[in-house]
Amino acid sequence: MPPPLEDGAKIAVEGLAFGYGSEPIQNNLSFTVATGSIFAIMGGSGCGKSTLLKVLIGLLRPLAGTVHVRGEDYWSVSADRREQIGRRCGVLFQSGALWSSMSIADNVALPLRMFTALTEPEIDRLVQLKLDLVGLTAPGDMMPSDLSGGMRKRVGLARAMALDPDILFLDEPSAGLDPIGARRLDDLILALRDGFGSTVVMVSHELPSLFAICDGGIFLDADTHTAIAIGAPRDLRDRCDDPTVHAFMNREIPKSDSAVDDGGQK
Amino acid sequence: MDPSTADVPSPTTVEPAWECRDDGPSRLVVLSGDWIARLHAVPSDAFETILNGPGLSSVALQADKIGAWDSGLLTFVAGLRRGADQHGLTLDESGLPPSARRLLALLPRDALPAAPARPSRSIRAVLGTQALTVWAEGGAVATMLGETILRGGAALRGQARMRRTDLLVALQDAGASALSIVIVVNLLMGGILAFVGAVQLRRFGADIYVADLVGIAVVREIAALITAVVMSGRTGGAYAAQIATMLGNEEIDALRTIGVPLHDYLILPRILALTLMMPLLYLYGSVAGIFGGFLVAVAMLNLTPATFLAHLQTSVTGSQVLFGLSKSIAFGGVIAIIGCRIGLSAGRSASDVGRAATRAVVAGIVAIIALDAVCAVCANALRF
Repeated sequence: MPPPLEDGAKIAVEGLAFGYGSEPIQNNLSFTVATGSIFAIMGGSGCGKSTLLKVLIGLLRPLAGTVHVRGEDYWSVSADRREQIGRRCGVLFQSGALWSSMSIADNVALPLRMFTALTEPEIDRLVQLKLDLVGLTAPGDMMPSDLSGGMRKRVGLARAMALDPDILFLDEPSAGLDPIGARRLDDLILALRDGFGSTVVMVSHELPSLFAICDGGIFLDADTHTAIAIGAPRDLRDRCDDPTVHAFMNREIPKSDSAVDDGGQK
Repeated sequence: MDPSTADVPSPTTVEPAWECRDDGPSRLVVLSGDWIARLHAVPSDAFETILNGPGLSSVALQADKIGAWDSGLLTFVAGLRRGADQHGLTLDESGLPPSARRLLALLPRDALPAAPARPSRSIRAVLGTQALTVWAEGGAVATMLGETILRGGAALRGQARMRRTDLLVALQDAGASALSIVIVVNLLMGGILAFVGAVQLRRFGADIYVADLVGIAVVREIAALITAVVMSGRTGGAYAAQIATMLGNEEIDALRTIGVPLHDYLILPRILALTLMMPLLYLYGSVAGIFGGFLVAVAMLNLTPATFLAHLQTSVTGSQVLFGLSKSIAFGGVIAIIGCRIGLSAGRSASDVGRAATRAVVAGIVAIIALDAVCAVCANALRF
């Protein structure tokens, strides 16, 4: 019998360093994600946002530091326990990561079939609910290869939500969606948080949705290899003095770059 | 939110329950318990019980006493909505938690139109489509072959629009990198051949002819065929997988849009590499096969090295080497063309890449064996 988990979902990261090989991409990251909050991982391209997400969801062992998920040190518990914690997390990958040999309904149904004792009609009802919630209008027997990028993303989100996870990790959820779809997604994330009490950790560049829905966040910097700001995106926009963060939040070209504008290369 | 990770109902959760209170034509359904989808299923007869009643016109939901809930509650309400529409009832959801109503508001109110039924096709249509596909595929392969012959000469003179590095990488991959496995396989084949042959020949006191047997079989057939089978599995499959992956990543589309001739850029280096390297691999394979036979003959059958070599010299003629060598060139071309063509005609998903690689290997092996059979028949007819 596993020990009971700390009530609710919460992530606490302490002194984290991670990277591929021995060279860290990011160093000395410390932050907490409060239960029921929507937390943004921000930063320029290539600063390690998606890699940080990989560490948090257990795909990449950190080089140093600890990750506590719901009170347990994720990387020092047994592999079985890690799997159990992972089952209460839903992950939306950047490109959807749908299993290409299964129909979209089967993609969403697989976690339910594997980890619950529900009958097929009940699973069908749940699958339909999740596909409806993400606003997918395609029939469930379509194959992932028949879908556009945005639709794959939505199916990926429906799959991430299949087991009603406590923590949702979303890697660029609104990339590839039209503005209405992106707005709908914001509403859905807020409604999931309010309804199910889910905690959401998302990597995003979509400034309007960052400002609208996130109440916490971390800003990673590729040059200094560490976090340069922590806080809600709208607070960072209004109050952060760091030039990189300011430029990012206000869609400006940093002054140091515009002096020698080399066509966006940095 | 229920914190349990167990997949069975834990003692802290309560089965979902409801109670109907009728007041004339309107019915109040009071929900209680925990509505957690993965832990408790809602009985499927619930909808019929709730939505059926004499003179019923409206159903209101009340959730004051509800415990924890997640998708379980939402699927229940969604099911009630559908049922209420069918029964012509009004469903009042205002008694549900506000956050649940927000999620429910995201659901489409109208049922989605059913997917159009796939038209059933007659056997004639299926056969006809298949025949047309085979015909078109034959045309595509012939085009590729023709282009290769036309552009191959230009490429050898350095006039094709391909990158030199691509050709060198392909040459290395189809040549040096494949050498060790080709040598090992041929060495073992020569040894096996010598062993099986010697057992039979010894019964007639003709052990000495094992050198002739190994020499002729390896040089004429085995080395070319075995090397081609190895290369089909190793390189033909890889070509198909590489090109199918590029297709899936839209790399091929990108090449097309900037006007790069696909054949020169993508196909030609691969076909040239395999066609140029196969005869070399064949020669190495022949030597390895004969050496394998030699080892078995000397070590296990008590032949002297000198007798083996003397017999080999008289039995293996230059024309037989030439026969094997030309076959190996043809095999190389066939494997490369099949691999590239199957890669280019693959679908765009990850499973299509695997399927293309498998098809390329199978089709390559079948094609070289068929071609070898044709060569054998021709050689026999020409008394070669």
